[in-house]
Amino acid sequence: MKLLRKNGLRATALGALAVSSALVLTACGSDDNSSGSGSSSASASSAGGSSPAAAAGSIDCGKGSGNLLASGSTAQQNAMDQWVKDFTAACKNIQINYKGIGSGAGVQQFVQGQTAFAGSDSPLKPEEIASSKKVCSGGQGIDLPMVGGPIALVYNVPGVDNLTLDASTTAKIFNSKITKWNDPAIAKLNPGAKLPATAIQPFHRSDESGTTDNFTKYLIAAAKSDWPYSGGKAWQAKGGQSAQGSANVASQVKQTAGSIGYAELSYATSGQLPTVQLNTGASAPVKVSSEAASKAIADAKVVGTGGDLALSLNYTTKADGAWPITLVTSEIVCDKGNKAATLDATKSFLNYMASADAQQKLTAQGYAPLPDAIAGQVRTAIGSLS
Amino acid sequence: MDTTQTAEAPPPSPPQPPADLDQGVQQRPVLRVGDRLFLAFSGGSGILLLVVMAAIAGFLTYRAVNAISQDHGNFLTTFEWNTGVTPPVFGIAVLAFGTIVSSIIAMAIAVPVSIGIALFITHYAHRRVASPLAYLVDLLAAVPSIVYGLWGALFLVPHMNGLDLWLDKYFGWTYIFDQSAPGSAARSLFTVSILLAIMIIPIITNVSREVFRQVPRMHEEAALALGATRWEVIRLSVLPFARSGIISASMLGLGRALGETMAVATVLSSSSVLSLHLLDPQGGTFAQNIAAHFGEATDFGRDALIAGGLVLFVITLIVNGAARLIIARRKEYSGASA
Repeated sequence: MKLLRKNGLRATALGALAVSSALVLTACGSDDNSSGSGSSSASASSAGGSSPAAAAGSIDCGKGSGNLLASGSTAQQNAMDQWVKDFTAACKNIQINYKGIGSGAGVQQFVQGQTAFAGSDSPLKPEEIASSKKVCSGGQGIDLPMVGGPIALVYNVPGVDNLTLDASTTAKIFNSKITKWNDPAIAKLNPGAKLPATAIQPFHRSDESGTTDNFTKYLIAAAKSDWPYSGGKAWQAKGGQSAQGSANVASQVKQTAGSIGYAELSYATSGQLPTVQLNTGASAPVKVSSEAASKAIADAKVVGTGGDLALSLNYTTKADGAWPITLVTSEIVCDKGNKAATLDATKSFLNYMASADAQQKLTAQGYAPLPDAIAGQVRTAIGSLS
Repeated sequence: MDTTQTAEAPPPSPPQPPADLDQGVQQRPVLRVGDRLFLAFSGGSGILLLVVMAAIAGFLTYRAVNAISQDHGNFLTTFEWNTGVTPPVFGIAVLAFGTIVSSIIAMAIAVPVSIGIALFITHYAHRRVASPLAYLVDLLAAVPSIVYGLWGALFLVPHMNGLDLWLDKYFGWTYIFDQSAPGSAARSLFTVSILLAIMIIPIITNVSREVFRQVPRMHEEAALALGATRWEVIRLSVLPFARSGIISASMLGLGRALGETMAVATVLSSSSVLSLHLLDPQGGTFAQNIAAHFGEATDFGRDALIAGGLVLFVITLIVNGAARLIIARRKEYSGASA
């Protein structure tokens, strides 16, 4: 078979040029909502740049040096990228490589001893603590809460600029029990709004995710009777549409009239999507924001024992201005028995993350800084790592 | 082949000294290091392929058996995929249905179109049009599947709404084109099938094109001499000669359609619902299911996903085996054996 012809190369090159430029053009034309939204997989290269000069003075590099490997939650990837950039700019002899591969896979790699720490959206399970004892000689894995993330409810209803829901209507919408936008339950919460008679298309995540886990935890806590599922990282309700990853949920909601979905606040902001206000029982409906999420985290209790600082959020909080649908992602390290080679570098990087300076940078990216009281506890715990 | 005369003629001429002919013939296989190296290399490559296949099959089976033995649902008939709960309940019914149906529709669209393109390039188009077109088709094959997925999710899905509503209105009576909620975003198996069709068209086109080029000119000219029109030439001499080639080309395309991951995962709204309403946003495929669950899966969840992968592996083996059988049976009728 004569597959190749001699003048093939030139024609192929020309064609490649034509097609690739066409692709680039179309990408520019239709893709800005998702490319700018800091999707977890692309963010490694695109993150950073929002604060050019790190406040190098506040970074204590310690005696550590070398290469820190870490992996896990994609929810904290953007925060981590920013922190890694600022920290390594100040501490030249430490390299940090954080891969957003998902919390489950991150914990997996940590308990196999492949990484110095893991990022995770949910606290360690008892069996994970048991297996962590193999790599933490004389100790065990602990959770250090580090990044708060408000989960926004984004919607696309033409003609409706302000939408207020409560836990019960949200649960019914996502469980396909309320199927029209002009349902009396929604109308009651939105007096005066022109609600259309169109069908509601609720979007959830098709992949397993800490975002789904925290959103459904909220529904279970605040609307038990309307959400008859056990929760978890996989979506359990029937009906509705699904999309892979928060970036896809946000972009599908943006292009589908009559839709509603949940995604981290940064996706709502970058996609310029309107967000739902929640009637939590506070004096006024709460709008999602970094500050509102921090207020809700301040209401959380530490439920971990020993050095473990796993938090239990109060999803039914009625505090004014507290946004209850919030996720707190943690770093997982050994309380004792961290690898000697990376201990110093790990401690100084974790210390930087928990510092007021680093936490303050989170707001710009749509994350919620830890409240001072919890950040203080985290710093104390980091100081005692060995 | 009509070159039998020349093929049998040469033997006496190549060896220069005719006296040492016997010795030379006996020594040659011993002396030529290159021959032995090449034999070892090509034989080794063949064995390596078998070893790799066996290793994949063994790995899949080992991990799958572990998962299936703990499954509290029927692995073959359960709809949902829930490995994170205790006891775990998961099954492949929805995935097998989605994988097979989307691939069949994709083939139904892609095979005729690809044959059309290949015939146009080889038999109808002017040289100046044909070669750029052929290279464009080549380039389609080089687009990464995640790019197809993004294009599908951000462009194709919103533009499918009109077609879906039209199909629902005029062909809703066929049941499969009936939309349960008219106007819902077109993230359905049907849209996925169209996307898959676009992705496999270049593969099928390229291989068919090469096969069409192999058709002996004498056959075509003989048909023309008998007064056949161009269409009759294609029908009587080109297509029968190329039949087994077209089947192989289609199987290559089908293989990609069955295993496509990222494009499907980006476009399809997956759910554990098995329904023949192809325009409804629901369903799933094996590869999409693995992509969706792998990141957060526990050890056990991963084994369950591998069990799903094993089923896909078996389906692919069966499909390829069936294709081999068809080709073997058709060979005697086609011009290829002449």
